[in-house]
Amino acid sequence: MDGTHQTGRARQVNENQCQMCMPLGGVIAFKGIENAMVISHGSQGCSTYMRLANVEHFNEPVDIASSGLNEKQTIYGGETNLKKAIDNVLRVYQSNVLGILTTCLSETMGEDLDRIIASYAKERNLVGLDIIPVPTPSYSGSHTDGFWAATRAVIARYARPTEKHHRINVIIPHISPADIREIKRILGMAGVEYTLVPDYSVTLDRPYGGRYQKVPPGGTRTEDIARMPGAPLTLQFGLTCPDILSPGRFLEEHFGVPLVNLPLPIGVEAVDRFVDTLRKPGHGVVPDQLALERGWLLDAMADSHKYNAEGRPVIYGEPELVYAFTRVCTENGAPPVVIASGTKNSRLVGLLVPVLADVEDTPVLLEETDFATIDEAAVLAGVNIAVGHSGGKFLTERRGIPVVRVGFPVHDRTGGQRILSVGYAGTLSFLDRFTNTLLEAKYASYRTEIKERLLTRSC
Amino acid sequence: MEDLCAVPSAPDACISERQNSIASGGKNKTGIHCTDDSLAGSVSQRACVFCGARVVLNPVTDAVHLVHGPIGCATYTWDIRGSLSSGSEMYRNSFSTDMKEHDVVFGGEKKLVACIDEIVEKYHPPAIFVYATCVSGMIGDDIIAVSKAASARYGIDVVPVESSGFISGNKVVGYRAAAEALMKLITPKDGESVEKTRKLNFLGEYNLGGETWLIRNYLAEMGIEINVAFTGDSTVAALKQAPGACLNIVQCTGSMHWVAANLEKKFGTPSMSVNFFGAENTTESLRRIAAFYDDPAITRRTEVLVARETERIRLVIQRYRKKLAGKRAAIYVGGAYKAVAIIRQLRELGMEIVLTGTQTGKKEEYDDISGMLDKNAVIIDDANPAELEKFLIEKRVDVMAGGVKERVLAYKLGIGFVDHNHDRKECLAGFEGSVTFAHEVYVTTCSPVWKQLELTLAPEVG
Repeated sequence: MDGTHQTGRARQVNENQCQMCMPLGGVIAFKGIENAMVISHGSQGCSTYMRLANVEHFNEPVDIASSGLNEKQTIYGGETNLKKAIDNVLRVYQSNVLGILTTCLSETMGEDLDRIIASYAKERNLVGLDIIPVPTPSYSGSHTDGFWAATRAVIARYARPTEKHHRINVIIPHISPADIREIKRILGMAGVEYTLVPDYSVTLDRPYGGRYQKVPPGGTRTEDIARMPGAPLTLQFGLTCPDILSPGRFLEEHFGVPLVNLPLPIGVEAVDRFVDTLRKPGHGVVPDQLALERGWLLDAMADSHKYNAEGRPVIYGEPELVYAFTRVCTENGAPPVVIASGTKNSRLVGLLVPVLADVEDTPVLLEETDFATIDEAAVLAGVNIAVGHSGGKFLTERRGIPVVRVGFPVHDRTGGQRILSVGYAGTLSFLDRFTNTLLEAKYASYRTEIKERLLTRSC
Repeated sequence: MEDLCAVPSAPDACISERQNSIASGGKNKTGIHCTDDSLAGSVSQRACVFCGARVVLNPVTDAVHLVHGPIGCATYTWDIRGSLSSGSEMYRNSFSTDMKEHDVVFGGEKKLVACIDEIVEKYHPPAIFVYATCVSGMIGDDIIAVSKAASARYGIDVVPVESSGFISGNKVVGYRAAAEALMKLITPKDGESVEKTRKLNFLGEYNLGGETWLIRNYLAEMGIEINVAFTGDSTVAALKQAPGACLNIVQCTGSMHWVAANLEKKFGTPSMSVNFFGAENTTESLRRIAAFYDDPAITRRTEVLVARETERIRLVIQRYRKKLAGKRAAIYVGGAYKAVAIIRQLRELGMEIVLTGTQTGKKEEYDDISGMLDKNAVIIDDANPAELEKFLIEKRVDVMAGGVKERVLAYKLGIGFVDHNHDRKECLAGFEGSVTFAHEVYVTTCSPVWKQLELTLAPEVG
């Protein structure tokens, strides 16, 4: 392609992983549905690992049940265990939406979830419980794919032909609860009514209440999801989402709801597109407050542009975030020199071409990659700052490259759930973190570096 | 939920089938059900066989750890422990064969071979541990044959670890898989032998926060040398010298009991249990080690060390004791040896233990724990969040010791928390560690934040 060097992972072995497993993304999506609980259909370890990853990132209890398959069930089938798991989850969690995510194990066993669930529903004569199975074998996709697959499955389950109404559909990719809250704030300021899926803005970031709520209040209501087909449009921040997993595409194909696929609103250009979409007739007006926030962002961009020009970033993580952060860094004169994702994505390359058209240094683009490869590319390209999740910690530890933490997982710093990067205000917050990281490195080293270069060596 | 879980008089389970896994403390035998498979849907805090094997072998610093399976198993266990190394950092990398659909359908052995080849070419490690996972185990990839062939091809130790996750949800089964891999690694090849020395092996010690080094310093002062630790800060070469020890001291018995028994059987090395968590345990353990050597000089030096260190920490511990006496504590950890050690340490601080549980405790261990606690205390095997919440509230707990998943639960309830897990960064062993521990218990139990939280309950959202 024009504008980038592409390198796939030439090696077979994956050394230090840049993605997580598929059911994990599915769990996060279900946590954004009101009164939902999840069961991982597989061995006990899968649920515990996913809980651990979520707990470390969100700093919240994130309960995931397991059907706890053992050797016997692996041979004879997991039906009895899965049914027992559903029974026990209902007793303790009393949820009325139950996501069942398959794992590598149950998929390899060839478990027929539709049949098991139908038989369960018949045996127990179920009322008021929706069981939603989602196939999420990790050998077929990453957590990004799992997130989209579960979101789409939930919408497909509830969406019904509905009379036209004026609430728009908003579908988000895997972003932080703080980002979701910011998107909602902007929608609210513009006076737009909406149904946002999946809304884990509060379920995965609970205010203190002295209690542990097994199924925390909040999340998108299933009644609202049912009415999504009557919306005037679907606004989806999912340019990189493959059609086969795309919730917005589903609503368009099945119910004729026009899909407006936008980049995540990070960077002035991308936020403008979001706000312009809201401004179109009937979708609300833009209040003074947003104009003020836009002005502050522009002012900061001017103030920081020379510092940012020294940045040679590597940007890695989930495709949608990688795309968004590539845009905002490029917009601010710090185009990435290495762009990487652990996920393979058919769209990312094509999307990046126009963004990087005017960039002088051709960046290296790595897909389905690992951190060993990212590390080599970063060193070769003279990277001096990284934007991505905690997986990049060795870039700092081994190469002295600081990481501006965004995305998932953030397990070695606190507040992963509060990292804000969207909207004018969020972009400004990201930009300050980015610029200050460069400045911190500069102040820590510029005296010795100059001395070394001009004084010590010449003596 | 409330109607199921609100009965405070006896320790009731939230799911009736879990009732036999919960008991009261006191001198009587508990009769507790443990080592069962976790109940489906109970939201157990346990992990899997692979996890157990991976955490035991992780601190072998110069080995490559290659997980044969789809990506997740490797991602979740990458650099999972706070074990420190004095040399190689190889163990902190996570290698995966990254099995894809094609490999699941057609078999993953070819890819495994290719991955081993690449690793050897790039790093020339002295050993590669090849871990089986659910999928590779289920489709029947023969990791034993592949490992054997690779060992022969490269003249290094490629050691299969039979850790398919579905074998059990109990990490102990994984400890055994790791133990078997270790025995394979250290058993001298035909014609080779290891000379006996006066050094000891330190089993079940993982060098979290440099704990192996701290104990090494104590032993050095006594005049005793550590041969190798299993597996904290160990190397492949050092592990191979394991048969040369005259004694095996075993700390984490859950993970290393089987290895100790086998070292005795194969090489005639006797073993003894030790425990370096808490000043009392440390003193007792050092004295027992000294007694084994039966050397007046060692005994004298041990007593000097114990007297000096005990005196050094006495006043500090007393100060913490004043602040903490009468506070109510809960413990939920992986293994029983750790639970026992924490009970003793919290007691030294004058605290009351009202709840103790483990993921992997055995019946005899629960009887021991029960004997240490009074009859109002709750003992629980393989707990879940609902039960933990219930008893934390019922027993009006002030502070809890446990792992990451329990931490967020405690904080949600406004309860202090002490990290006693794989990932901790602090050295909690020995005399110094007992001060660090007391300090951590104090700062979290008596933190000023709890007062604000109590005063200002946030409005309900939803």
